[in-house]
Amino acid sequence: MRRVEATDALPVQLVGDQPTSENRTGDWRSQRPVIDAARCTGCLICWKYCPEACVTRTDKVPVILMDYCKGCAICAAECPRDCVAMQPEEAA
Amino acid sequence: MKPSIPAEELLRPGHQACQGCGATIAMRYALKGLGPKTILVVPACCWTVIAGSAPRSSVGVPLLHSPFAAAAATATGVKQALVQKGDLETQVMVWAGDGSTYDIGLQAWSGAADRGEDILYACYDNEAYMNTGIQRSGATPRGAWTMTTPDAPGSQRPPKDIGAIVRAHRPAYFATATPAFSEDMVRKFQKARAIKGFRFIHVLSPCPPGWKYDPGETVSLSRLAVQTGIFPLYEVEDERLRLNMRPAKLKPVEEFLAPQGRFKKLTPDQRRAIQQDVERRWEAWAA
Amino acid sequence: MKKVLMGNHAAALGAALARVDVAAAYPITPQTQSVELLAELAAKGDFKGRFVLADSEHSAMSILLGAASVGARTFTSTSSHGLAYMHELLHWVAGARLPVVMVEVNRALAAPWNLWTDQTDSLSQRDTGWMQFYCATSQEVLDTVLQAYRVAERVRLPAMVVLDGFTLSHTYEPVDVPSQAAADAFLPPYQPPDILDPARPISLGGLTMPKEYFRLRRRIDHDMRRALGEIAAAGRDFQTQFGRGCGLVEDYRCEDAATILVTAGAVGSTAQEAVDSLRAEGLRAGCLRLRVFRPFPTQALRACLPPRARLAVVDRSYSPGASGIFFQEIKAALYPSRREIAGYVAGLGGGDITVEFLRDIWRDADAGRAVADDPAWVEDAR
Repeated sequence: MRRVEATDALPVQLVGDQPTSENRTGDWRSQRPVIDAARCTGCLICWKYCPEACVTRTDKVPVILMDYCKGCAICAAECPRDCVAMQPEEAA
Repeated sequence: MKPSIPAEELLRPGHQACQGCGATIAMRYALKGLGPKTILVVPACCWTVIAGSAPRSSVGVPLLHSPFAAAAATATGVKQALVQKGDLETQVMVWAGDGSTYDIGLQAWSGAADRGEDILYACYDNEAYMNTGIQRSGATPRGAWTMTTPDAPGSQRPPKDIGAIVRAHRPAYFATATPAFSEDMVRKFQKARAIKGFRFIHVLSPCPPGWKYDPGETVSLSRLAVQTGIFPLYEVEDERLRLNMRPAKLKPVEEFLAPQGRFKKLTPDQRRAIQQDVERRWEAWAA
Repeated sequence: MKKVLMGNHAAALGAALARVDVAAAYPITPQTQSVELLAELAAKGDFKGRFVLADSEHSAMSILLGAASVGARTFTSTSSHGLAYMHELLHWVAGARLPVVMVEVNRALAAPWNLWTDQTDSLSQRDTGWMQFYCATSQEVLDTVLQAYRVAERVRLPAMVVLDGFTLSHTYEPVDVPSQAAADAFLPPYQPPDILDPARPISLGGLTMPKEYFRLRRRIDHDMRRALGEIAAAGRDFQTQFGRGCGLVEDYRCEDAATILVTAGAVGSTAQEAVDSLRAEGLRAGCLRLRVFRPFPTQALRACLPPRARLAVVDRSYSPGASGIFFQEIKAALYPSRREIAGYVAGLGGGDITVEFLRDIWRDADAGRAVADDPAWVEDAR
């Protein structure tokens, strides 16, 4: 047991002043999106619909930040060229 | 052709939403439309969790959590205080789920609308109490399974017509939006930003665990909701309604219903009834 | 400047003198005149803040939650059911560490409907983290509003300034209204910390884990206790500047008293009259008024009680199955004690507590007729 003493050192408030980037939500993923660079036109529809905001815009093939991608497969479903494949994590 | 929506990202990765959450895509677009000079007020809803645990925040704008029934009133206070301090620029947006909007917080936003408060109220509607584990709300469609409407044929009552309720308050602006139509949605938040007075945007926000579908289908269901006429996209300004999408021919509602486990127990008669409801409304609007 | 004011007007003038930025309220009898006067002052430009007529008390307090979170000085007033309806927000505002000041007019809670004074409404909000001041005069209402802002902003906790419905809210009394310059000299501008500002995007009120939550609650308790010193200091400074005021408790002829009437609110003034008349008969009577209920002024209470004096605690409140609420609190504060402490529940729902009635209560206690643990429920036989 430890006494929590009343002092001015205790926090008055806990504000949210740090980004959530420390949460590596990529751990949740069971399948990962893999972009076929040869067929990708860089239309950025995968960027547009990503719920994680973890697709990085580039001039051509977007880069998916695997630290955060939860593997929802919206990018694979929405890709107009059908060039995003979902691969099981073990195989990736 | 690159997407025309703004590249600036105010939603941060590492948030704790479920896979394929429609409400996070919706927030991305809302903030792209409003920009960084925005303060959010979030009542109890999925976004209470998605916003992050202290000391973290998943958005790059100030965010104030509020009690369930209190969002529009809290936003009223934020706006009034900003004006008192001489800040006429910062936008104040309520970001509330359907439970807060259709049910427990209805009085507070009705009051804010009645006073003509200069706030934007956005309801991301996933059609049930999803954060507490899928219980029926005033937004739950007829026939949908939830934890509190477990027996076939699901929810017995149609959802409240929130558009009609909001419009009865004669807001400065009312619009519907859904993530599949990104440009339309971002444009509506940009437009709302430029209008003074009480503004309301109703966002249909598909929910993979609550609607029981594969997370990858969030955007396609959002699209089908519009294409089948289940969720028409429209705007109301100066009490004049304008349809934003007018498909030459509506797709059968079955295309929207079939992928969702929550509608699994609908009988053929009920499915036909939903189709008829949609057609009746569509005819009235098209007239 | 002396003006003849009802308690509700004194409350509204206090808020205007405090240069409140945002006031929001919803009307309820017997608080309405404070809302009406603020609206009138706003319309005339004598109140420079923003006044919002809310759609409910729940919304009124939510509006203040929002306004205070961007650094505004905020005010509301309510009563009874309005206060009960706000309950959720009272916890929230205290937990958010926002120095909201509210004037609360005591009125009994239904069912059945009753409009008159009863302290159960405010005392039921004991555990919300709000400071509570109980006023005896309209002058004290105005003065306490100014003092409450000063203390609340220093300890970052909200404050409730309580007055009796009708007895004080609607009774006209001469009130010395300070000039704006004098009020400004006493109450400096609010310097809010950690406010919502797009230039520094922070979130407030987000999900917090048990360990951090526990420490935040410990800090509230620490600051609430610290408020005892701040309240006493604000009272002294007010006394120096304006020549009136009091601290945590007000004791009257207690030094050699055999039996002391303990009250809160406007009954405190009546009790002094009762004591004078008993003293005129050669009886060793005294009275003590609790001006501050949260934080509870344990040391100040002990300091002004002679060692053997009996206490007769007169409660216009009760907790069913227990006793009057001040009675419980005073027994707890004085524990362990061999002192006789008698509890009297009187005047619930607005029954008059007159000089004669208080004399009867005093005599009953002085004769040792009270049962130690159970409060007596007493009504005026006249």
